[in-house]
Amino acid sequence: MNRRYFLSLAAGLVAAAGLVQAPDLARADALADITARGTLRVAVPQDFPPFGSVGADMTPQGYDIDVAQLLADKLGVRLELTPVTSANRIPYLQTDKVDLVISSLGKNAEREAVIDFSDAYAPFYNGIFAPAEVAVAAIEDLKGHSVGVTRGSVEDLEISKLVGDDVEMKRYEDNNGTISSFLSGQVDVIATGNVVAAAILARNPPKRPELKFLIKNSPCYIGMNKEEPALKAKVNEIIAAAKADGSLDAISEKWLGYTLPKDL
Amino acid sequence: MSYAFDFGWVAAYFPVILKGLWITVELTLVGAVAGVALGTACAWTRSLGPRALRPVVAAYVELIRNTPFLIQLFFIFFGLPALGLRLSELEAANLAMVVNLGAYSCEIIRAGIEATPRGQFEAGLSLGMSRFETFRHVVLIPAMQRIWPALSSQIVIVMLGSAAVSQIAAEDLTFAANFIQSRTFRAFETYFVSTLIYLALAILLRQVLRGLGWTLFPRRTAR
Repeated sequence: MNRRYFLSLAAGLVAAAGLVQAPDLARADALADITARGTLRVAVPQDFPPFGSVGADMTPQGYDIDVAQLLADKLGVRLELTPVTSANRIPYLQTDKVDLVISSLGKNAEREAVIDFSDAYAPFYNGIFAPAEVAVAAIEDLKGHSVGVTRGSVEDLEISKLVGDDVEMKRYEDNNGTISSFLSGQVDVIATGNVVAAAILARNPPKRPELKFLIKNSPCYIGMNKEEPALKAKVNEIIAAAKADGSLDAISEKWLGYTLPKDL
Repeated sequence: MSYAFDFGWVAAYFPVILKGLWITVELTLVGAVAGVALGTACAWTRSLGPRALRPVVAAYVELIRNTPFLIQLFFIFFGLPALGLRLSELEAANLAMVVNLGAYSCEIIRAGIEATPRGQFEAGLSLGMSRFETFRHVVLIPAMQRIWPALSSQIVIVMLGSAAVSQIAAEDLTFAANFIQSRTFRAFETYFVSTLIYLALAILLRQVLRGLGWTLFPRRTAR
């Protein structure tokens, strides 16, 4: 019971008081936090062009990065990007390391249970692509055409269920084979994802793949924590405005080579 | 070993395997016959034929023998359309196999022809045979007899190499195996079955070629 004892006890109590935090009464307003902080923290991909990759000067670039910048500009705050992978993007959001996940995130039931989604901001679909002159508008029109597809991919499985023997399916071992067959004219039509089509378009080929019809649509959504109604409303408002005034079309044109589909 | 084998898919996908087998057999037959014919013509040109053509044949043979078969196949299938010649995958596969076997068999047959003693040519001519008859009876048949084991080996190699045509979506046996694997996810079983089929095909082909040698070359060396 000497002075040293009381001093160390007092130090311990102060430290303990510092560790115990008052319950966060205003937890449900991430939007206010963002505005107060002056920074929007966004998780983006770095290994998935054209949605997110690293440029030659090591700066992140891509569709998702441009959308994040758009949001930050409209909110009037600075943008802080955090590179994530598909595996850790949702945990980053849940542990409040980031405010939003803009990382070609698809919506499904398991994710719906733990996070909220905004409206769709980027198209991500599998479909039939062909040059402008080829006229196929639906599955039935594929009869008599040769359809190139990557063996075992989602498009392969879906199309194989839908077509009969009258459609020549050519299954290549990988995306490069499918792309080569399209560009060399060995097949009229390919079934692939819009990202692959964008990769073809980026090479400025003589045959430009245009979307004829969709096989499976799974657009990208912005992920945010549950119970953030203000943030969700604001993000949806910005997305809607960007769709209306053409700025989202411009981003889509820049990174995917075509404007947004009408029903996004 | 706790892996649970499942060969149930064989019944369902049997038509796919059968079609793949048929395509492989067809590719081998066409490739072997046309390839050996091409090889014989090239071998004759290089050893006994017009001197002006020899550099052309030499260039073709060296080009084919020093590049991978898969590259040749891709060039024919993906590259030629840019020059205006678009072939279907079976046409491209057949062409690639004929061209490939032609180059290799040219060298093999040429070795046989050049091993013919000089005296044989003179003997044939002195018997009143024309140059063509001399070539056919006195030079070529014994030459083929000499190199028949090597040529049979090369034909079997090209048959096994036909697996590469699955890369251009020609529906051969390897394509069938890959396709079934992508639907059933039973990689071990599908590739096991296709390996067995290839093995059976190769053994069968060797026996056929051996039998062909016995019938075509009656004057065999004494054992």
